[in-house]
Amino acid sequence: MSVLVFAETSEGKFKKSNFEATSYGKKVAEQLGTNIVVLTINSSEPTQLYKYGAEKVLNVLNDNLKTFNAKVYADVIKQAAEKESAQVIIVDSSANGLYLAPIVAVDLNAGYASNVVALPSSVSPFTIKRKTFSNKAFNNTQITTEIKVIGLAKNSYGLHENEVSGTLEEFSPSLIESTLISQSVEQTTGKVTIADADIVVSGGRGLKGPENWGIIEDLAAVLGAATACSKPVSDLGWRPHSEHVGQTGKPVAANLYIAIGISGAIQHLAGVNSSKVKVVINTDPEAPFFKAADYGIVGDAFEVVPKLIEKLKEFKANNA
Amino acid sequence: MKILVCISHVPDTTSKINFTENDSKFDTNGVQFVINPFDEFALTRAMWFKEKQGATVTVVNVGTITSEPTLRKALAIGADNAIRVNTEATDGFAVAKELAEVVKNGGYDLILAGRESIDYNGEMVPGMLATILDYNFVNACIQLDIDGDKATVSREIDGGKEVLTSNLPLIIAGQKGLVEEKDLRIPNMRGIMMARKKPLTVVEPINSTPATSIVSFEKQAAKSACKIVDADNVEELISLLHNEAKVI
Repeated sequence: MSVLVFAETSEGKFKKSNFEATSYGKKVAEQLGTNIVVLTINSSEPTQLYKYGAEKVLNVLNDNLKTFNAKVYADVIKQAAEKESAQVIIVDSSANGLYLAPIVAVDLNAGYASNVVALPSSVSPFTIKRKTFSNKAFNNTQITTEIKVIGLAKNSYGLHENEVSGTLEEFSPSLIESTLISQSVEQTTGKVTIADADIVVSGGRGLKGPENWGIIEDLAAVLGAATACSKPVSDLGWRPHSEHVGQTGKPVAANLYIAIGISGAIQHLAGVNSSKVKVVINTDPEAPFFKAADYGIVGDAFEVVPKLIEKLKEFKANNA
Repeated sequence: MKILVCISHVPDTTSKINFTENDSKFDTNGVQFVINPFDEFALTRAMWFKEKQGATVTVVNVGTITSEPTLRKALAIGADNAIRVNTEATDGFAVAKELAEVVKNGGYDLILAGRESIDYNGEMVPGMLATILDYNFVNACIQLDIDGDKATVSREIDGGKEVLTSNLPLIIAGQKGLVEEKDLRIPNMRGIMMARKKPLTVVEPINSTPATSIVSFEKQAAKSACKIVDADNVEELISLLHNEAKVI
């Protein structure tokens, strides 16, 4: 019996969410009185996982797995789960994690709980807290199958260092064939993505036009943040759809979400509720976002944001 | 081409979320139910295929009689017929097993669903359905074109997109981009009148065993009031974010 964590790599490297899932998996293994095994594919730095408690790392080195294929990856996870007699399988909420987790669940005839935000409140019966109703509430779900699949919500558990002297094992699963063929991958390079960002700076219609986006980008640059926008902004074509956050756009679970010129429609708030700290800058003191935010400035973005950028630069210089 | 669109019957976005029976049940009192917004993208794309390339469009919901107005709305938008699997949708795995029976009995070439429902946000049914049926599946789909029995699909990945190809049958979990929100259909009077005459078939469930069950709900903790900082004093905001919130 074991807990198996799947830690996806991007060009051989881990992301923060992999370390978060490993930290979480270590704790679940302790709750169950068992060990943790982390499965990774083509990792160039597998031993980094020891720092977060990975007692055993299975690294699959195979050029045929360089391109992600959910069905093939899910089958690799299944083989690892069977080899390690895994009782709980944990994946993060990356685009690929969300894609393959339901497949793994069916492959292993396992109950799957997605959007999990906390450690199990009980391991017998196995009960786990999840976000629901578009982040307006939580539910406590019992998984009743022998094998359980958990999808850990981003930034919900955090990184917990727990250095162990782990073991590394090369794992060579057999690969199934897939008729779903990847033709091309377009990746924006050099920019922080909304999914991975700790800080997101987002603009709304209050910015008045795409020509004014420089202040959003400058603020994001000084904070090392990703840029985002509200739905009307992407509908108007001022910004690409990939930046739209909200109920039907991207969810944001950042540590800090700064909303500039966004009034805070309920659909927008549904997408950003999971962010830990929310700041709103808006001219309208009655904007609904002020009810949802932690900190607010009532003021004109074109005056406030440049001042904020200047003062943040000073702050960064003094705290470097 | 035979298209099946999976429809979830969900509370309208603006609904107040309350729970009853000792926080074990969602309180539907006064709640308006709608077609799940993510499924609307799928339904609209299905209508596009019907109108431009020729297809019959069936909509399906796993749910009780209370979801029939939602299915009728999908018929009013232009679907040809509807199926309701007569059981309460409690667990994603069980719903996927029920839908798999519908697919096996209907022989569909293309199955479209939304990426997730806005109530339970499970994001699991389309992937589970595909795996049960051993069909190809693309999640987070932002573009779909069909030429004969070949599909070209784009999906959103973290920080970009991927283009894939597959033969039919294929299952897609769609989101914004599959169609634009401005292109979503609203039923017109003619559609509403015609929908009354379109077939809505009720099939009995296979009653698969759920893999999960919700034992209780909790609301988000009440939030403390927003701290307002003077617009002329942005240093204070920086100080609060650094010293109090500890996020910069």
